[in-house]
Amino acid sequence: MSDKISLLEAVNLALHRAMAEDENVVVLGEDVGVNGGVFRATLGLRETFGFKRVIDTPLAETMIGGLAVGMAAQGLKPVMEIQFMGFIYAAMEQLVSHASRLRNRTRGRLTCPLVLRTPMGAGIRAPEHHSESTEAMFAQIPGVRVVIPSSPARAYGLLLAAIDDPDPVIFLEPTRLYRMNPQVVVDDGKRLPLDTCFTLREGNDLTLISWGASIHETLQAATQLAERGVSAEVIDVACVKPLDLDTLEASVRKTGRCVIVHEAPKSCAVGAEIAASLYERVLLDLQAPIQRVTAPDIPPPLYRLEQLYMPGPDDILAACDTVLNYA
Amino acid sequence: MPNKIDLPYTRYLAPDGRLSGDLPAWADDFNLLTRLYRQMVLTRLFDQKAVALQRTGRIGTYAPTLGQEAIGVAIGCLMHPEDVLIPYYRDTAVQLMRGVKMEEILLYWGGDERGSAYVDPAVREDFPLCVPIATQALHACGVASAFKIRGEHRVAVTTCGDGATSKGDFLEALNVAGAWQLPVVFVVNNNQWAISVPRRIQCGAPTLAQKAIGAGFHGEQVDGNDILAVYDRMRIALERARHGKGPVLLECISYRLGDHTTADDATRYRPAEEVKQAWQEEPIKRLQTFLASQGVWDEGREQALVAECQAEVQASVDVFEAAGIQPVESVFEHVYAQWPAVLADQREMLLERAARRGGERHE
Repeated sequence: MSDKISLLEAVNLALHRAMAEDENVVVLGEDVGVNGGVFRATLGLRETFGFKRVIDTPLAETMIGGLAVGMAAQGLKPVMEIQFMGFIYAAMEQLVSHASRLRNRTRGRLTCPLVLRTPMGAGIRAPEHHSESTEAMFAQIPGVRVVIPSSPARAYGLLLAAIDDPDPVIFLEPTRLYRMNPQVVVDDGKRLPLDTCFTLREGNDLTLISWGASIHETLQAATQLAERGVSAEVIDVACVKPLDLDTLEASVRKTGRCVIVHEAPKSCAVGAEIAASLYERVLLDLQAPIQRVTAPDIPPPLYRLEQLYMPGPDDILAACDTVLNYA
Repeated sequence: MPNKIDLPYTRYLAPDGRLSGDLPAWADDFNLLTRLYRQMVLTRLFDQKAVALQRTGRIGTYAPTLGQEAIGVAIGCLMHPEDVLIPYYRDTAVQLMRGVKMEEILLYWGGDERGSAYVDPAVREDFPLCVPIATQALHACGVASAFKIRGEHRVAVTTCGDGATSKGDFLEALNVAGAWQLPVVFVVNNNQWAISVPRRIQCGAPTLAQKAIGAGFHGEQVDGNDILAVYDRMRIALERARHGKGPVLLECISYRLGDHTTADDATRYRPAEEVKQAWQEEPIKRLQTFLASQGVWDEGREQALVAECQAEVQASVDVFEAAGIQPVESVFEHVYAQWPAVLADQREMLLERAARRGGERHE
């Protein structure tokens, strides 16, 4: 019980728990059954819950998305896996035009309690189309939730909550964190809320806002700041849609300084939404302009240069210096 | 031709209403046939009324079902209440037969989501009309998968037009239906026109039904203007699917006698001669002629039926027009099961906007 597990194992643990608790939960996707998923996130589910509930689908992402809508409308709770975020776009129409709207279109007569899990982000020397962070595209869709865990414990609690949720949830798993920083996760079935940020570290001098894999570098930067006597508050947004602006507002009101860190390209990203909302709410409490540390608006380079793409602790510290030293 | 695929084509009634070959045994039931006839007439009168309501600005854009009444009435009549319909946007006929109310159809096209809330318990699991082409075929496979997982003897029936069969969604749906032998029936309303694009340049295959063969299951064609043919083949398709014998694709060959929608003008792209010819083959007159030839229909019955149907249609228009507009708050009620507290300010913003505009109509 006290063994440390990785984020990937936490996902697997939550899936086992959800399927054991509710027979309406089904898992579907490419290679999720016999093979246990290409990352092994669904390992062992087929053996425990059988082929009727752990379904290897034909290789067609649009179909997986549409199938899950039909299943969900029938009262099942499909948890579909899209093998990589780079292949999710074929299912986009099903998310935008159907999953997110079925409840509203029918005035609640039909609903769509599905979960779409997919690995996201750069940093594992993967081939082309395996390294994107396009969470902002999904955050634009009314009616869905977009959730990104950044630790094994949050992956466990948030995935259980996502499967419980009566509406569609897009659950993005940072591949770079899959096997990093294992921690003890108690399999107690406890859900985490889907509409609050998580304050990972309290501080008074500035607020660092991030989510997903970038949380790792953001925490490293906060540690280095502490060594310099600067107390940084670190907030993991975790649920980028809907966005808990109140927690962010309260923190920035307290510190007066804010740096936002994300791996997605800069323009029109979730960071832009957060910065704009904070300016609407706390402009006169700010001691310095909000800084964003992000990838540039380029496709993720192939892996020889991919380290350049992702914000590192050095970039974050430089942005922190900018807001700390602002006249 | 090495790749030629011969598929069955079924027709009982010739365009002039004369019987071609023997009737199937079930068709001896003239009560059933007059019931089907009545429903086709009701559908057409309602459809005409909907177009008239659009022309006078009382509903928005509408997609007429003119000419395709036989297909919809037959499949709607044969489906069991516990089956699930996953329709496309030209499905007034099948929806009415299933139990969707006329006033609901008017509400939907009249710009009100309550039109897809379907109050009749017989249709409470049916999908609303699907506008993005062919995407609904995949929902049908999901619904059918749920039936199969739970071991239920129910069938998912999905409809689409000929244009939809060109889409990847349609082909992905056929593929998974065949791979898993799902209890689903695909009904293609081949009405010859996808807005302005005719069937002959939509697809290089001689039939649309043969797309099922590539997916590993049965496909066939019927004369979609002959309700006896559609009824007969749909009956068997549903039986097969219900008893675990796999999916069926039924290509119903018909003609879109009206415009694509009320926003379209089909005279821009198709010859009047072709439309005139198609009217010679339309489904309602065909069955009427047959019933008259059997001595079970006449002018007096026709007049009484039309009057009765017109009254029913008018009653639904009255209900529709009395429905009023949904309260402003309703736009937030069903986006999520519960409007997220963290988005409360957005709700306030809209309610304030509505209050500021006061008595103005919200449309």
